[in-house]
Amino acid sequence: MRTTPKWLFPVLALLPVLGLYGCVRVYPIIETLRLSLFQWNIISRRKPFVGFANFIELASDSLFLEAIFNTTIIAFSVVAITIPVALALATLINSRQGLRRSGIYEASVFLPHVVSLVPAAMAWKWIFDARLGPLNALIGLVGIPAQSWLFDPILSLVCLIVLCSWQAIGYAVLIFLVGLKNVPDALYEAARLDGASSLQAFRYIAVPLLKPVMLYVSVITLISSYNIYAQAFVLASDVQGAPGHLVRVLVLDMLENSFRNYRVGYAAAEAVVLLVIVLILTGAQFRLFRDRSRA
Amino acid sequence: MSEPDRPSVVGQHRAVGLVIDAVLCAVSLMMLLPLVFLISNAFKTPPELLAWPPTIIPHQPTLDNIVSVLRETPLFRWIGNSLIFATLSTASIVSTSAIAGYVLGKFDLPGVPVIFGIIIATAVVPFEVYMIPLYLNVQSAGLLNTWPGLLVGYLIMSFGIFLVRQYVMTSIPDELLEAARVDGAGEGWIFLRIVLPLMRGPLGALAVLAFFQAWTAFAWPLVVMTNKETYTLEVGLALFQTGFTVDIGRLSAAAALALVPSALFFSLMRRNFVRGVAASGLKE
Repeated sequence: MRTTPKWLFPVLALLPVLGLYGCVRVYPIIETLRLSLFQWNIISRRKPFVGFANFIELASDSLFLEAIFNTTIIAFSVVAITIPVALALATLINSRQGLRRSGIYEASVFLPHVVSLVPAAMAWKWIFDARLGPLNALIGLVGIPAQSWLFDPILSLVCLIVLCSWQAIGYAVLIFLVGLKNVPDALYEAARLDGASSLQAFRYIAVPLLKPVMLYVSVITLISSYNIYAQAFVLASDVQGAPGHLVRVLVLDMLENSFRNYRVGYAAAEAVVLLVIVLILTGAQFRLFRDRSRA
Repeated sequence: MSEPDRPSVVGQHRAVGLVIDAVLCAVSLMMLLPLVFLISNAFKTPPELLAWPPTIIPHQPTLDNIVSVLRETPLFRWIGNSLIFATLSTASIVSTSAIAGYVLGKFDLPGVPVIFGIIIATAVVPFEVYMIPLYLNVQSAGLLNTWPGLLVGYLIMSFGIFLVRQYVMTSIPDELLEAARVDGAGEGWIFLRIVLPLMRGPLGALAVLAFFQAWTAFAWPLVVMTNKETYTLEVGLALFQTGFTVDIGRLSAAAALALVPSALFFSLMRRNFVRGVAASGLKE
């Protein structure tokens, strides 16, 4: 016991985890990068190296371009809706801090975030339903004709954005609340003594101090919106067997190429594009962070 | 604030407070309304489902939808599958994160910075990016439609290792470990009896996150588990709703049965969803 070398425990403890990490994380990532340079359709034994041919083909693949366009629109719209709404809600909830009500507000805003994706999408599917949905009935009251929300290529995008924002807001509110609680009361106190209104205090004290948190939530929301799949699968999939309009998102296009068209190399190239997008977003976040701390 | 507030200012404050409460009540209601309707639709008869305006409390509540869903689908089986999957995934993530985070945070081994760098670098890679090679491996190992095959995607979490390491470095003093070593305690004993109990807070938060992640997983279980009997809840529901003969009442019944317990559980645990963010140093 006394003679066991000092490095024995950490090495023995770490090795299994690292082995696992290599097998289920590092290796598949490398494999994705490698496969993206090959043409391979699972079944065939031939797997010719094609260089960047997959990427060149992607650049003119109308389905892929549609997918990346849709996904980008969804991701940026969700952020554009989520961040301001969540910031406003968090500020209001924070101003009622200490009252029992504030916990109830917080919980009800957060609840949609923790509802699993599929049941949540099913709830909204009914709301948007062209024949039975309350949304059409509601807009009918003000004289707008009924829309086929989930079948129209543009409207179904809108529906997805609404659903994803509804789910993203709760998380953003929760994080903003943490940020707001960390703003020192003395700053507000000083602003009040200088005659600032609470709106001014919010604009010139809370918002600048929350900037890093806003940046963080924006990037998290963007990245997770780039990965949406379940929501599109449920919301825009076949409605009771009728051929619905599919909102083509990136992950859906990728899985279709891989599992329906058996073009694994091509799908891997799409995965690499997704990775590059995520890396750019993460890089931008770090960049902006650093600029801020230098300023 | 020595000077007493004038009555008009107090009145104004109260009015502003009331307006804020009104806005927040309205927003809370709007956020909850889709779920409220989902649950209420589960208990409605077909004619009432068509009624306008939609009722929140059904006039003639019926259990037909729920009974028929439970007869047509192995819903409880799916819930059980999801529970087992999420529990095993959580156990694996919590234990691997605890041990790796502790070692990476407290032991000066050559290569630790490199290892930690790799973990951080791979942390930003979304699961969807590497799920195809992972699937091919699972397939060639003959593990499709098995628990190990499903779990492979959810055994570790880079963020968990990061979280534990951060906590260990800032909150567990070296002196404590040294004292135990001087007393002759073995490293394994120190980890299990001293370090692990101290990490209960971050590990609890991590467990909730891991459970949530597995519970809501979709793409991976969809491609790996392809038997009706082995579906997880999310996949089972998603495929159930694409069926030909399914009406809104039964869809809502299935969805409501699936979401009510989990949503309540996770929203009670909501603090755990931000503890990680606080730990990653963003709170300043």
